[in-house]
Parts: sequence; structure tokens; C-alpha cells
Amino acid sequence: MRTLSGAANDSMIEARNLSMVYPDGTEALRDLNLVIHRGASCSIIGPSGCGKTTLLFILAGLLKPTKGQVLLDAREIVSPTRGVALILQDYGLFPWKTVYENVALGLKLQGVRKRERRAIVMSLLKELGLSEFANHYPKQLSGGMQQRVGFARALALKPEILLMDEPLSSLDALTRETLQNFLLALWKNNGMTMVLVTHSIEEAVFLGREIIVLSRRPGHVVKIVENFNAGDENYRSKEAFFAKCREVRMSIEHGAI
Amino acid sequence: MPRGKDEHRTWSYIIAGLLLLIVWHLASLILDSPALPAPLTVFYALIDRMRTDLYLHLLISALRVIYGIALAGSLAVPLGLSTYNNRFDRIIAPIVYLLYPIPHIVFLPLIILLFGIGDLSKIILIAIIVFFQILVTTRDEARNISSNYIFSMLSLGATPMDIYRHVILPACLPAILTAMRISVGTAIAVLFFVESFATQRGLGYLIMYSWSMMDYPALYASIVAMALLGFSLYLILECVERKLCAWVYL
Ligand SMILES: Nc1ncnc2c1ncn2[C@@H]1O[C@H](COP(=O)(O)OP(=O)(O)OP(=O)(O)O)[C@@H](O)[C@H]1O
Ligand SMILES: [Mg+2]
Repeated sequence: MRTLSGAANDSMIEARNLSMVYPDGTEALRDLNLVIHRGASCSIIGPSGCGKTTLLFILAGLLKPTKGQVLLDAREIVSPTRGVALILQDYGLFPWKTVYENVALGLKLQGVRKRERRAIVMSLLKELGLSEFANHYPKQLSGGMQQRVGFARALALKPEILLMDEPLSSLDALTRETLQNFLLALWKNNGMTMVLVTHSIEEAVFLGREIIVLSRRPGHVVKIVENFNAGDENYRSKEAFFAKCREVRMSIEHGAI
Repeated sequence: MPRGKDEHRTWSYIIAGLLLLIVWHLASLILDSPALPAPLTVFYALIDRMRTDLYLHLLISALRVIYGIALAGSLAVPLGLSTYNNRFDRIIAPIVYLLYPIPHIVFLPLIILLFGIGDLSKIILIAIIVFFQILVTTRDEARNISSNYIFSMLSLGATPMDIYRHVILPACLPAILTAMRISVGTAIAVLFFVESFATQRGLGYLIMYSWSMMDYPALYASIVAMALLGFSLYLILECVERKLCAWVYL
């Protein structure tokens, strides 16, 4: 079960005055400030092209901001760290590796021994209902299953923080709900810190206890919507859910002006 | 499903082969000249010559081509893959595109000067020509790798070497093997050229010699042997490609 004991107020990730200008002059982020607490579940939503992916890449230590810094547990992030996993917009699976090899890759790169690797990967695949597909190539799987493989690969390293860039956006509605429930359970049961970028207001409200609304490009935080009811699988059909969706939609429209 | 496809391909090879033989046979009947013997005559000559010395010439030619392609590949592949890195590409790309359009035969005098007129020169000339074909293809492929793969790798804690091993090489391998397979044809053409002088071994020599002796069955037997050499190398590389890049053929 999830422990909220005392630690809930730790700031885990802190982004200070982040600005990002790409070499071609595109200004993606301007003076963005953000605090994500340990064990939080946080949705990031904003207009298309406002810098969400850029922000996640900076938080993951993959891109260096042109200004400002990111602190992880009060230490500046300058390169990818093991505790932070990233799931990319289009799964980022390697088509030349089997499901098993894709999931095992992170462990292999970290020098985990073969037997241990095998045990971890097989139990993860089992948990995600992918055991039978261990020797399949990503191409042979449906979109939903490919995304599960993406989750498995990120989870294999037992990260403390899971950064996700629109992980469910190319799936059909039903698969999408199933995987939303999966993510919710993951968050509730593992005490993991989750940061989810999404285009969908419903998804942001269903999964995020905090919903961070970004402005149009150059992106900065317009509003943080608190959403304490998130965490319940039945939230989707409740009146409070729809009210929260309306609130978020208004904030987005406000930021877009 | 893949098995069905393979069977289909085998049959199309057989039918194409038969068609070729029929056309050849008809042409030999129509021309009715010793300069174009019938396929069966050539076949007997082939068997006959194989028993004496043809196999030796075939073996030598095969080794020259294989060493040439292997030498080219072992230099072109690492160089091509390294162009994934902008710093290397800035040096390699201009050199490649300056030298690529030049007919590489012009290197011949230089090669002979440096390496003599023996086997080494022959292999190197084959290698140079194949080298550019493989290098250009490998570079194009390495420059087009989606940055998402790289970001995925980095977030899993990969070093630059890991990225070459797990992303750049496997992503480029299908194109590399296809380029090698296509280069077999070029390599055989160059082989014929380099064997037509300064040697008394190899199928190219045998072709020129039989021709000068007006021994047409032997001439065609050597040509058929050369065709079979090219075809077998092509098939071998195709098998390797199917084995190593199974994920492409799903
Ligand atoms: N490598 C790059 N070089 C130059 N400009 C870039 C680069 N990557 C992104 N951009 C630009 O920066 C802006 C923000 O891009 P980013 O991908 O972070 O937005 P996003 O919010 O994730 O968009 P989407 O909703 O489409 O996923 C866009 O205008 C984009 O075109
Ligand atoms: Mg994006």
C-alpha cells in the first residue's frame, strides 16, 4: 500500500526558471517554475506545441535548458539518472529487438546479471499479460500491447519517478481506459511519482492529483488545479469529475488567450 | 506465410532459369554459329572443364571477390556508422561525395604502383568500388535514425558505445546487407576487368583465353561459372540478411 507518511511534502523535482530556446531560435519554454512532490501524480496539459515534450526531456536530463535548472532531491540534474524513467510519445521501442530484449535492455545496460535480468523481466511481462509474447517483435503486437512493453521497459529499472509523454494518445478508447486503470493502480500500489503529459482533459483529471496547465508557446505554468478525488477507478462517472474537467478546460482556454 | 513466399520465390527462380535456357537454345539454333553453342553443349563443356582446371579458376575468382567485398565492408561499415556523430560526418561526408562520382577505375595506376600487379591489387580495386557503395548507403541510413531511439537509450543509461551497438548498427544492418548484395554484381564486373590482364588464373582470364583460342564451349562454360558465382554470393547474402534482420520480414 501507498505510504503518505510525512514524506508527502518533500519536493522531489523542482524546476526553477526554466527557459529553452532551440538552436534555430524557437522559444519553447519561458521562465517555467514547477514543484513535484514525492509520491505525487501530476498531469501536464497544454496546447499543442507549447513545449510539453521539451519540458519532460529537460526533467529527464536529456536536454539542457538554456536558462534555469532542475533539482532532483535538491541536486541539480544534468544527465539521465537511474531513478527517473521516461516513456516517449510513440513508445520508443526498438523494432529490431524482441519484447523480451526491449524490456531487458535497461537492466543489461546497467550491468544486471543475466539470471537476475531474466527473473525481473519475466515477472514484469507476466504482470502485464505479455508472457506469451516475450519472443515477438513489437511490429507483431497491437498498439496497446506495444505500450505495455514500453511501460515494462521503463519499470524494469524500478524508477522512483515515471515521466510519460502522451503514452496513451494513439490508442483506441477502450484500450486507453484499461491502461489508465493500470497506471492508476501502479501509482496507488507502488508509491511511485508519476508525471503524465497528455492532450486529453479527461485523462489529466482521471490520473492527476495535480493538473499543471501550461500556456501557449513559449510554455510556462498558467495554473495548477488541485484534484484530490483522483485515485478512484470510478471517478470517471462522477459529477465531481465532470466539474473538474470543466475547470481545467477553462484554465486552458484562459492560458491560450 | 513466409514459407509460402519462399516457395514462390524458388519457383520464380526456376522458371526464370528455364526461360533463359529456352531463349538461349532457340538463339543458338537460329544463329547456327560456333560462336553461340547450345546450352547442352556448354553444360557438357562445363562438367568437362570442372574436372580439369575450371574449379581452380572459379575458386580463385570467388576468393578475390569475397576478400574484396569483405575488405570493403570492414572499412565502409564502421566509417558509415560513425557518421551518426556530426563531428565525424562533417569530415567524412564531403570526402565521400567528392570521390563517389569519380569512376574508380582511375585509381588503377595508383593501386598498381602501390601494391604491384598481383592478387592484392585486384582485391583492392574490387574493394574500392564496393566500398563507396556500402559507405554511401550506410551513411544515409545512419543519418536518418530517429532521435527518439537515442533519447530512449540515453534515458536507460546508455553510453555512446551502447548506442552504436543497440541502435545504430541494428538499425542500419538491413540497408548494409542490401548494399552488399547489390554490390556483388559490381564486384563481378570489376573482377572480370582485373582478371583480363596480368594473371593466368581466374574466370576472367579463362574467358579471355578461351575467346582468343576460339574455344567457344569453354568460353561459355567460364561465363556460366561466373554467373553462378555471382548468383550464389547473392543468395548467400540474402540468407544472411533474412537471418540477421528477421524483424524486417515479419
Ligand atoms: N529539436 C528542435 N529544434 C527546434 N525546435 C524544436 C525542436 N523540438 C521541438 N521544437 C519546437 O519547440 C516547440 C515545442 O515543442 P514540443 O515538442 O516540446 O511541444 P509539445 O507541447 O510536446 O507538442 P505536441 O503537443 O505536439 O507534442 C514546438 O514549436 C516545436 O516545433
Ligand atoms: Mg510532445
